[in-house]
Amino acid sequence: MTDADPVRLYRTVRLIRRFEERAIELVRSGHIVGGIHPYLGQEGIAAGVCAALRADDVVAGTHRGHGHVLAKGADPARMLAELCGRATGLNAGRGGSMHAADLGVGVLGANAIVGASGAIITGAVWARRRLGADAVGVSFFGDGAVNEGMLLEAFNLAALWRVPVLFVCENNGYATTMPVAAAVAGSIPGRAEAFGMTATVVDGQDPEEVHAVTAAAVARMRAGGGPELVEARTYRFDAHHTFEHAVRLDYRPPEEVARGRSRDPVAIQGARLPDARRVAVDAEVEATLTAAVEFALASPEPDPVDALAYLYASGLTARTGGG
Amino acid sequence: MPRLSYRRALTRALADELARDERVFLLGEDIRVAAANVTSGLVKRFGPERVRDTPLSEQAFTSFATGAALAGMRPVIEFQIPSLLFLVFEQIVNHAHKFPLMTGGQCAVPVTYLVPGSGSRKGWAGQHSDHPYSLFAHAGVTTVVPATPADAYGLLVSAVRCDDPVVLFAPAGALDVREDVDAAALVPVPLGRARVHRPGDDVTVVAVGHLVHDALAVAEELADQVSVEVFDPRTLYPFDWDSLVESVARTGRLVVVDDANRSCGVAGEVIATVVERVPLVAPPRRVTRPDGAVLPFAPALDRAVQPGRDQLLAAIHHVMKDG
Ligand SMILES: Cc1ncc(C[n+]2csc(CCOP(=O)(O)OP(=O)(O)O)c2C)c(N)n1
Ligand SMILES: [Mg+2]
Repeated sequence: MTDADPVRLYRTVRLIRRFEERAIELVRSGHIVGGIHPYLGQEGIAAGVCAALRADDVVAGTHRGHGHVLAKGADPARMLAELCGRATGLNAGRGGSMHAADLGVGVLGANAIVGASGAIITGAVWARRRLGADAVGVSFFGDGAVNEGMLLEAFNLAALWRVPVLFVCENNGYATTMPVAAAVAGSIPGRAEAFGMTATVVDGQDPEEVHAVTAAAVARMRAGGGPELVEARTYRFDAHHTFEHAVRLDYRPPEEVARGRSRDPVAIQGARLPDARRVAVDAEVEATLTAAVEFALASPEPDPVDALAYLYASGLTARTGGG
Repeated sequence: MPRLSYRRALTRALADELARDERVFLLGEDIRVAAANVTSGLVKRFGPERVRDTPLSEQAFTSFATGAALAGMRPVIEFQIPSLLFLVFEQIVNHAHKFPLMTGGQCAVPVTYLVPGSGSRKGWAGQHSDHPYSLFAHAGVTTVVPATPADAYGLLVSAVRCDDPVVLFAPAGALDVREDVDAAALVPVPLGRARVHRPGDDVTVVAVGHLVHDALAVAEELADQVSVEVFDPRTLYPFDWDSLVESVARTGRLVVVDDANRSCGVAGEVIATVVERVPLVAPPRRVTRPDGAVLPFAPALDRAVQPGRDQLLAAIHHVMKDG
């Protein structure tokens, strides 16, 4: 399915936007412990990419991962319950923001280690194809990850073994406070090209453009092509992490932030809908999220007696810490 | 007397060493803006050549430091997350640690690996909450876990001056500790020397890092029933065995509290070495994380997996009852 339906794209970017805004409120109120890395400003990438995927395709994300999980189809209520550490959460309250996963919809997890997801998704896609499926995969990562050896090793494996993985680099200009220009020798597309991969640069603020570029790459990959890279140029509207709301780190000039925020994927996609339609989608999203917050906050916390439940798939039980 | 925080003690140690020795320089992620609030003010004072922000290339910059050390410099690397030590375990253990012997004594590798915020940071969950000091002690890399601001200062200074690689864990649970210290009292603390925070006659409690403060609180709580000696090894490898043997020879009882996994942890090593050398009046006890612990996200589960005061209290009651 390569569904470029403008309403669907709008619904997804709007859902992620409002989800993140609600999540930030819950960080402030203390319901989400440890804070989050908000995806605000980058919604068009997760929405555009995932709209070009099938349900049986797989994705893996990053520390800034809420958008990927939602766009691939996870239930926002269970996602929010996860962020609040509730037993009903996607990961039974064991994962939290940086490890949210929903294998049932093909999300192999957000990942707290920068650069780690590329090789995991490469193995997953290779295995699925060995088992007869024609699935493809997407590895989302930031501009910071392109300097991690393990991601570049994944590029090589995927290209060498022609595993159809779309490597989607969300270039928001910074790795925490480190500007891309001060961190990346050569270029991001150049890294992919060095391994013989096609690389495309796209405006990450335009969900339809992201969708079109992804759909074309996925079509090539499903037809037998090898991995490709997309560099989506974007801007992070908010903090690297919500801790920055309390501690000001001085690294982005205010004019730059204003310029970055002026190209808003939610506004860009919203302008493509008739007013009445957009208002209706907004109301629908609000209702979904109000119900999600209620569900999350009404859900029970997991019982500490089972703190290490799920540790071993084999059924092994760990010795406790004693006393 | 001025109040010194643990974090500022680290800052001060770095500043003093940078000022004292031109060969010292810092490497790390977001250290110029002091995202971890440790390197504050250092770039202004010492310049970007000596306070170097790195791209996200941990494996490369860790071995870069090894190379710089081989060429006569004394690098200090700040790691944002304790789990990054897994990523660079190869670079530290298989290279930095091994070069002196492998080259037949032709070189030294004086690198300091500084981890501000090790262990649980509440809400950072599985991939960001480890406390892997036992791994380095096992590998034979000098491993330091200061509990107080003055010790943090003194041990970091000694680490930088040490001719071998040193890993210094600054536990998240200790970073907010403050103490009244006279600037003149800030002196190097020798590596490999323990400190008794509270003398006692009935039981020796060996506590690692932030748990020293929990042990002191428990000792105080028990003051009218049990006389608890609180023993802080400060350096886990090389361990100050003679001081510990002297303590346990007096008390005859041993409890160890250690915020790391149980199997093959430092607590096990402490107990084994003591029982080899001292007859005890009761079987020793240890309070640790469980075997194979992965910190679950939900706050109550995260707490349940870390050693708690109630467990320590129970362990002390056990050794008192048993002998
Ligand atoms: C291997 C590794 N190094 C460092 C970190 C700490 N860290 C978390 S996010 C981040 C910046 C990542 O930047 P980028 O890849 O551009 O993604 P963005 O945050 O901009 O979305 C850093 C340094 C980490 N989690 N993993
Ligand atoms: Mg970035």
